Amino acid sequence: MSAEDRPVDSPQIPRLARVLEPGHSYASVTDKIASIVLTRPTSIGWLLGFSLAFTLMMVLLGSIAWLITKGVGIWGINIPIGWGFAIVNFVWWIGIGHAGTLISAILFLLNQTWRTSINRFAEAMTLFAVACAGIFPLIHTGRPWMAYYMFPYPSTMGIWPQFRSPLIWDVFAVSTYGTVSALFWFVGLLPDLATLRDRATNKPAQLIYGMLAMGWRGSARHWHRYQSAYLLLAGLATPLVLSVHTVVSFDFAIAIVPGWHTTIFPPYFVAGAIYSGFAMVLTIAIPLRKAYDLEDFITMRHLENMAKVMLATGLIVAYGYFFEFFISLYSGNKFDVFLVEQRLHGPYAPYYYALILCNILTPQLLWIQKVRTNVAWLFVMSLIINVGMWLERFVIVVISLTRDFMPSAWGRYQPTFWDWSTFIGTLGLFVSLLFLFVRGLPAISIAEMRELVAHEDHK
Amino acid sequence: MNLPHPQVYGLLCEFGSPRQLMDAAKKVREAGYKRIDAFVPFPVEGLSHALGLGRKHDLVPLLTLIGGLGGGLTGFFFQLWVSLSAYPMNIAGRPPNSWPAFIPVTFELTVLGASIFAVFGMLALNKLPQPHHPLFNVERFKRASSDGFFLCIESHDPKFKLEETARFLQSINGQHVTEVRDED
Repeated sequence: MSAEDRPVDSPQIPRLARVLEPGHSYASVTDKIASIVLTRPTSIGWLLGFSLAFTLMMVLLGSIAWLITKGVGIWGINIPIGWGFAIVNFVWWIGIGHAGTLISAILFLLNQTWRTSINRFAEAMTLFAVACAGIFPLIHTGRPWMAYYMFPYPSTMGIWPQFRSPLIWDVFAVSTYGTVSALFWFVGLLPDLATLRDRATNKPAQLIYGMLAMGWRGSARHWHRYQSAYLLLAGLATPLVLSVHTVVSFDFAIAIVPGWHTTIFPPYFVAGAIYSGFAMVLTIAIPLRKAYDLEDFITMRHLENMAKVMLATGLIVAYGYFFEFFISLYSGNKFDVFLVEQRLHGPYAPYYYALILCNILTPQLLWIQKVRTNVAWLFVMSLIINVGMWLERFVIVVISLTRDFMPSAWGRYQPTFWDWSTFIGTLGLFVSLLFLFVRGLPAISIAEMRELVAHEDHK
Repeated sequence: MNLPHPQVYGLLCEFGSPRQLMDAAKKVREAGYKRIDAFVPFPVEGLSHALGLGRKHDLVPLLTLIGGLGGGLTGFFFQLWVSLSAYPMNIAGRPPNSWPAFIPVTFELTVLGASIFAVFGMLALNKLPQPHHPLFNVERFKRASSDGFFLCIESHDPKFKLEETARFLQSINGQHVTEVRDED
């Protein structure tokens, strides 16, 4: 018997198949999700978690202040390794954001109902990850107060940006991505803000949510335009998300540095971005559903599906590694061959092997259903993949730059305390924003959950 | 004008489920009412059709197209202008009009223009933000953002007569038929 013709309430359908546990009504999903924001008292766990994250965020601000005081010399970068942690972290963060857009836009276009309970916080994750990513190129310029030079504006100097440079493409790609993600997120939030406005019991909350909801009243005429705007945004965000990491990969691929100058970079960067993004969604979803008793809404089906997406994108990434390796050898270009040797035997070889272990070998365990449906395993796996994807960017950036064409131009790269503190600081910023988000806004789209209830009733 | 109650915005009634609301919307239309609207906590498929809103009603796709074309064309020709006349620079011997290099920025600005027009166009056509609306005077209307399915016949409707319309709404099983008053 195939999956389709089984009766819905048959015991043969395992718990996994559900995207929403039975017994929920429009009111119960609304109550449950809105109460997390409106009535639930702030827990000790939240306070502790937020304090820790906030402390780390202060470390970020301190590091940036010191950077601005002293200059980029406080980092481990020096010629020939001008890129270091700043670019590694930039690419890592922006990649993490991609899963949010993928879940909210591509899975929406593909009519995947399981996206419903995870899209809101995945989109929030996108925004926060883009915020963290944006910091790095900005402070890496050395003179962040001059960063507006990158935007085309009519200056008295009569100069304009160089539009043939991938670095300028990057400015446009990332700022467009940030803007469109914020718009998409806000449009999705609009009906939920109205729900919070209507349920808030104290004046400040009514006022704040009321202003943000902009007078949304659920008119059928409004919903009609709302839905077409949402669909169009999903259609626009889909090519956008693919373009962003493609442009990021152009930062490397357009250069002639060995190990960077390859045509496989755009697809393999995009796959890697989605891979790391799904890992981060799992890293967030697993504690979130536990802390706020959301197991009914973020079910094992969601976790398992995300694990499957991770496995699939992980395999694309593995294919990318393999072909990067193969084409370097096959090309016979001695610089490319030498770079492969450096990855395998050079001073940074341990990073390369750790990368293979984290990104290719460990995720193969996801073929086993027992692993995919075990929350603890998935959580550990998601952390390993996050580390692995960070290592990937480290390997790409650092090994190529330390082993350029001329031995006289070779060098070594050693991150300093300030490199680490800035990176860990952005983790603090990211987690702080997430803590504020789950406290102040509905972490799951209430309107879409009601739609899901209607859908389940209809079946 | 047959507006015997100038302060009345309309009559609001509630239904138990999207299906009942949809059936009621059809009956209201068949009875000849034109100025009607429904208020629901999530988009109900087919409701706009039942209310008689056609595709013509929706200008959002057109606005999005305009925004996208505007963004893309501005982006491309701006880059061309910079490279040809405002700030020509010889980069590795590439021609001034090296258009393939201008595609990424053109693409991003197309998406940006289209998205901004889609969102702000949607809000503008919906006349949002609109903090005050007579419907918010009805206490039960709060449920429109949770589990209430409302139908409203506005008093502008040529067929609107307070008592008669109220009786009609009751006859099609509308619950809690309420007069919506437009006052402060």
